[in-house]
Amino acid sequence: MNAVLRHRRHPLALVVLLLGALLVAGMAYAAVAPTGAQASEATGVDDIALGEELFLANCSTCHGTDGAGGYVNADGDAAGPSLIGVGAASVDFQVGTGRMPAQASGPQISKREPQFTLEETRAMAAYVASEFGPGPAIPDGEFLDPANGDVAEGAELFRVNCAMCHNFAGSGGALTRGKYAPNLRGVEPVHVYEAMVTGPQSMPVFSDDTLTPQQKNDIITYLDYVETEPSPGGLSLGSLGPVGDGLFIWVVGITGLIACAVWLGAKSS
Amino acid sequence: MSESHDDTTARSVSTVRETGPDAPGTAAGGTGRTGTDVQTRSAALPERFDNPGLPPHRPRMADTAVAAARRAERQVAFLFFLSIVGTVLTIVGYFAVPLRNDPESGRVLLSNILLGSGLFLTLFGIGTGAVHWAKTLMPDHEEIDERHQIEGTPQEQSEAVDILANGVEDSGIGRRPLIRNTLVGALALAPLPAVVLLKDTGPNPEGVLAETIWQAGTRLVTDPTGVPVRAADLSVGEVVHVQPEGIEESSHVLDEKAKAAVLLIRLEPNELAEESLAGAYAGIIAFSKICTHMGCPVALYEQQTHHLLCPCHQSTFDVTQNAAVIFGPGKRPLPQLPIDVDDDGYLVATAPFSEPVGPSYWEREQDKRRMTEES
Repeated sequence: MNAVLRHRRHPLALVVLLLGALLVAGMAYAAVAPTGAQASEATGVDDIALGEELFLANCSTCHGTDGAGGYVNADGDAAGPSLIGVGAASVDFQVGTGRMPAQASGPQISKREPQFTLEETRAMAAYVASEFGPGPAIPDGEFLDPANGDVAEGAELFRVNCAMCHNFAGSGGALTRGKYAPNLRGVEPVHVYEAMVTGPQSMPVFSDDTLTPQQKNDIITYLDYVETEPSPGGLSLGSLGPVGDGLFIWVVGITGLIACAVWLGAKSS
Repeated sequence: MSESHDDTTARSVSTVRETGPDAPGTAAGGTGRTGTDVQTRSAALPERFDNPGLPPHRPRMADTAVAAARRAERQVAFLFFLSIVGTVLTIVGYFAVPLRNDPESGRVLLSNILLGSGLFLTLFGIGTGAVHWAKTLMPDHEEIDERHQIEGTPQEQSEAVDILANGVEDSGIGRRPLIRNTLVGALALAPLPAVVLLKDTGPNPEGVLAETIWQAGTRLVTDPTGVPVRAADLSVGEVVHVQPEGIEESSHVLDEKAKAAVLLIRLEPNELAEESLAGAYAGIIAFSKICTHMGCPVALYEQQTHHLLCPCHQSTFDVTQNAAVIFGPGKRPLPQLPIDVDDDGYLVATAPFSEPVGPSYWEREQDKRRMTEES
């Protein structure tokens, strides 16, 4: 300890201290940061009666018992969006990613830990699809396997149709007035597919007629490739593009250059 | 402020006031004094500041202690050795990790790390070693190099003037006006070819910026797959990125695509503005995807608000107001491509764009007038 204390006024002591603090903070973050991985097993149990019970208990406050959007105020605004014709895929996406039941109203309802099991989610999806008119169905496994798609096709389709909002590597991006396109890393293929066919929140619809199931599978393959591919340049810095990379080099690179310049100009003791 | 106020007060009464704890000699640089006569202070300033010279030479640790010098020597040697290690690492890394076409193995990353850190050590070791050597061990006596007089001596100056005068005399330019006048003429005319050549940078592009390959009857096909779009295939809230059919056969595909890219959106028909309806079909509307500000693709469509956001400078267009600018630096609404369905149910353009798409350019207003007259 004395050996350390003796050097506490050394010019490099502050640098060492800062580096140490950064290291500790980084390790603490890595220890508590959420990993975002979740396993789901398809069971195929569609219990409409259970779905109705869950819907009435958890969803009807905003969506209404008839699914038309609930209580309408004097301005004609309903308490929640209508579920007429949204289909099972929409319910599976919204509930399966934890967006529904909504935590709070705001510019955008964000993803969180799912509040229902897969079985309960599928039961509600089956109830909504059978009771409030048909809509896009939950896709079956055929077009969800990343191994079945073409990465190059998927990359081109992603760049034309998705990258402007979700970023070239699916890192997400900002929209207007607090809305945003979410990060696509760690999203289940089934939820990617469902988001395309249903167009949740700000996202437009990409139906199976204009973007075929095979093309959707290509996009899923591309997203899987981006996620699993080792970055040949080392740190990807979140693949945020020039803004993130620029911030890094301005902070770390230029600080290094300034440190070199200070050392060059300092007299030897 | 209060200090200068103090000074003026002191001057107006023009008395030498007691300066309190401040001695007169230090008053010139002192702050927080209670009041000092201006005369006293200016008298304390010398007429001319003498050169204070260099600060006293301070010997370094390596100059005084043999152990410190030995340590510095070892440090310099260590840095040079680090450079040697870096060179070896680079060469070994180059041969030990050959780049093959197997991106999954992480081989590219390993190669990059070895080459990058090796070359960094090679150069950084030499650089820091040399600087550390110079700073700690090489002589550090302060030396003064006086600046040389720039001006020559009067004799040198008169010699130079004589050389010039003799040159003018010898050339005979004053005696031969024919040579002088033709030389002036030649010099005056010499820049003219540059003016002619630079002015002619090719034919006037005419309508190239204004016109796209959209024609009446051109089918809308998906980008990049080129499949015709049927109106019945679009659900409400859907977006399709489209291009004109046959664009792949044009001679400059990317040039044409940069102008002809179109975003196809389906809304509820009652959500569209009155002026959009003529060119829309059952709530399906097509707008140029090229931003009217700087020409970026405007494709961030928000399904619920019907806003189209440009990612470059955040110009925001409202699809329900015929793509009017509601935020950002965009100057004009996005031009609408009038569409309809053909006999097979596919979407086709009923006319080309009625105005130039994309950002402003010099002749845009003329082109727009011409296009309005033609249609």
